[in-house]
Amino acid sequence: MTETAQPLHGLLSAESPSVATSGVQLFADALRGQAVSVTESDWQPPMEGTEADLAKVMADARRAEANATAYARMTASTAELCDVKQAKDALGLERGTFLHAGPPIDWERASGPLRGAFIGAVLFEGLADNAEEAEKALAAGTFTFEPCHHRDAVGPMAGVVSPSMWMYGLRDEVHDAWSWCSLNEGLGKVLRYGAYGPEVVDRLHWMTDVLGPILQQSVRSTGPFDIKSILAQMLQMGDEGHNRNRAGSLMLLRELLPGMITADASSTDIAEAVRFSGANEHFFLNLGMPACKLATMAAHGIPGSSLVTTMARNGTDFGIRVSGTGDEWFTGPANTPEGLFLGDYGPDDANPDIGDSAITETGGIGGFAMAAAPAIVKFVGGDVAFALRATQTMYEITLGEHPMFQVPILDFRGTPTGIDVVSVVRTGILPQINTGMAGRVAGTGQVGAGLVTPPAECFPAALAALATRT
Amino acid sequence: MSTTHVDLRRGAYHDSVTLLQVSRTVADVDGVEAAQVAMATELNVEVLTGMGFDVPEGAGPNDLVVAVRAADEDAVAAGVAAAEAALSAKSAPSGGFGDAPAPRTTAAAIRAGGAEIALISVPGRYATTEALDAIGAGASVMLFSDNVSVEDEVMLKDAAARADVLVMGPDCGTASVGGVALGFANVVSSGPIGMVAASGTGAQQLMCLLDAAGLGISHCLGVGGRDLKTAVGGRSTRQALAALAADPATTSIVVVSKPPDEEVLADLESYAAGLGLPVRWATLGAGRPDLTTALEAVLEAEGHDVPEWPKWVADGDPAPGSVTGSLRGLFCGGTLADDAMLLAAESLGDIRSNIPLRDDLALGSDLKHDGHVVIDFGDDGLTQGRAHPMIDPTLRMERIAAEAADPSCGVLLLDLVLGYGAHQDPAGELAEAIRDAKQGRELPVVVSVTGTEGDPQGLTRTAETLAAAGASVFLSNRDATRHALTFLGSAS
Repeated sequence: MTETAQPLHGLLSAESPSVATSGVQLFADALRGQAVSVTESDWQPPMEGTEADLAKVMADARRAEANATAYARMTASTAELCDVKQAKDALGLERGTFLHAGPPIDWERASGPLRGAFIGAVLFEGLADNAEEAEKALAAGTFTFEPCHHRDAVGPMAGVVSPSMWMYGLRDEVHDAWSWCSLNEGLGKVLRYGAYGPEVVDRLHWMTDVLGPILQQSVRSTGPFDIKSILAQMLQMGDEGHNRNRAGSLMLLRELLPGMITADASSTDIAEAVRFSGANEHFFLNLGMPACKLATMAAHGIPGSSLVTTMARNGTDFGIRVSGTGDEWFTGPANTPEGLFLGDYGPDDANPDIGDSAITETGGIGGFAMAAAPAIVKFVGGDVAFALRATQTMYEITLGEHPMFQVPILDFRGTPTGIDVVSVVRTGILPQINTGMAGRVAGTGQVGAGLVTPPAECFPAALAALATRT
Repeated sequence: MSTTHVDLRRGAYHDSVTLLQVSRTVADVDGVEAAQVAMATELNVEVLTGMGFDVPEGAGPNDLVVAVRAADEDAVAAGVAAAEAALSAKSAPSGGFGDAPAPRTTAAAIRAGGAEIALISVPGRYATTEALDAIGAGASVMLFSDNVSVEDEVMLKDAAARADVLVMGPDCGTASVGGVALGFANVVSSGPIGMVAASGTGAQQLMCLLDAAGLGISHCLGVGGRDLKTAVGGRSTRQALAALAADPATTSIVVVSKPPDEEVLADLESYAAGLGLPVRWATLGAGRPDLTTALEAVLEAEGHDVPEWPKWVADGDPAPGSVTGSLRGLFCGGTLADDAMLLAAESLGDIRSNIPLRDDLALGSDLKHDGHVVIDFGDDGLTQGRAHPMIDPTLRMERIAAEAADPSCGVLLLDLVLGYGAHQDPAGELAEAIRDAKQGRELPVVVSVTGTEGDPQGLTRTAETLAAAGASVFLSNRDATRHALTFLGSAS
């Protein structure tokens, strides 16, 4: 008799069936007493008050296939750097409109670093003569704010994008989609961390006048460049793609250099553009983020799927979006990261979590790939055992193991990919995010780097919305 | 003047059976007067308050309460330390450098161990989620959890049928698959009889009788006590019958059930008729044979001799028919209670119960009545927030003492189920309670013991312990019930 002809998958002809248990330990002990192979789950009750929604969503007949489809699309997406354009051309961004990281927010509730970045962007666009004027105009509601995510874009930290800024354009060939991200300004006092002094605005002008056109020429003449493949390689070179991008940045530079050097620009400008790009360890972050954005976009909008397609913070709120619930945000107050501080800064100087960069964790790298980057613990705190445990714990809340992103020390196991709202609610395990820390006060800049999780309440809220759609 | 300690540990979950053992350990510490280590469920908070502990505001079912009262601070500290030690011993070992953490969900455990079966015993309100998870991972499910709604049961069983796996339960106490005993199960020999059980203790009784008769089972597939009710429509029974019919080790099938709904039974009988092997029915109900009699019919049909069922009859009990009080049956096994009640009702008439034969015979919430009473302590209503009485016999022990003090109680009929999962030394505690009950009054006590010589507790050893306390002991639940009835005679 063939395997398929036997009822219950041949359960009754199994030699000595092995058993998984959840609940009373006594029963697992009784099985061990019979020398039966037992795997006990360390079961704990789900997040409070979620039983009915869990049962509803798990019983949704569409869910298994919807999640399989979402996951397959997510991992099948490609990400090639195909163009560099100004935001007004790339996104049709209108003068007076500013994009920002995270879920929607107004000036009233915006945190220090986001306000600082808005001020800097207003000055950069020449919409005000000084910071006081800019702040007054912003508070008066003169300008329009919109999340980057609403335009298929992502921005690290404050994520503020204005029409004149240049953006990388990445394309997913399989799903015919584009995603965009601003250019990285380097570390220290930079707009994305809320600084808006003259050196910040001057740098933005130089990036617009010199760096952007050179990068555009490079990509258009020698591109496209396969960013997903760089991601796969850098994970095997000690990067996790969120807070450690050293190998990725060098590999990217290697691709860009020939086209930069032959660009139509003065040799002084080219030399400065190359020096600037090479000096920045996070140069690659602004490519890794839109690559993950393309992956999560491909997984978005599948009815019945409980896969998380966005995690993003604006410095006040942390928001998630889920494949099966469309464009609705589920938010909670952003946590403040814990980690290591630069110079004299301490925990009191840190702003709550900010930035679209958690798209890396949403896409299966960053904190989820910590085991690939044990050196990261020198930067964000913790120890190496923690890094290994962090990645392995994330398998409990994800749908699969990434076919391309692998962790050598875990025997080349794929990174945990595709956060499942249901698994987060059931286990109470929250996604592990590696992040930079912005100063609480507008204009400060970066104060440290560390580890953070989303506020738990985003997930039961998303689950409830999934339950109403069953 | 005693000292009290209460602390709340948020998000520190342990199962109720484990905590019962931890509480007992702490209570045994020198100088400790009272101790309770429990999750702060509504019921447990009530219990703690009743014990005189103040539970902090805002405690919820996911929070652990450690409450100790002792003679002095040192004893309190010793009690708390004992709790810590017992809890950490129960916790899963934390992974060493680079070790993967323990799986946290049923599906994760199934995948980690390549399991074919998931045994789920989480509190009822979480059980549907875990069962769906297991079905999704392609495993058959033994769902020990009770307090699962009938709507969820139907939904689970339909999902299981689509995935070609079996849901055994909810409220499934026993199963045996390929020689692996799941939940409460006795150690019996293997043989050609396949069993489908909509009754845990009913199946255990039949397996033990078969074992005593020298016949073994191939598999025992539980289906949950409601499977033969109209609302569920025999969904799992059908799947189980088909699987056993296709199993080369099974040559005939016995279906055991609490009282089924007629049309479901009729449907299943006609379905079974087409399976090509004998299917026999031990389905309880008025006018139908009791479990022992049904099993004797199976033996005869198999061409097997019916043995004399083991018994240990006490001497010194009152003469037959001489007792004036009523029958009080205190059971842990629901089907054993049903079996006894159906049999006793033939001669006694109305019997009050929490699982009554007719709605108008239902006991009030105090479970008290002057007439004949049979109580199932394993019923859903009595297990919310606490372990099954086969693990935690406290409620029944209290009731035995109460019956002994009640002059309207004429004879005590008890059950005791041995095997894996059950209390490790149930006879010792029960014998003590029986001795106490018989102190200072004439009270015949009859115990129906479901067990085998191969069980960890041992049938003969158990029976002799109980007999030494003055109880009469029978392997057959029918014979135990009949013996209890002889005392009442015409006086009832």
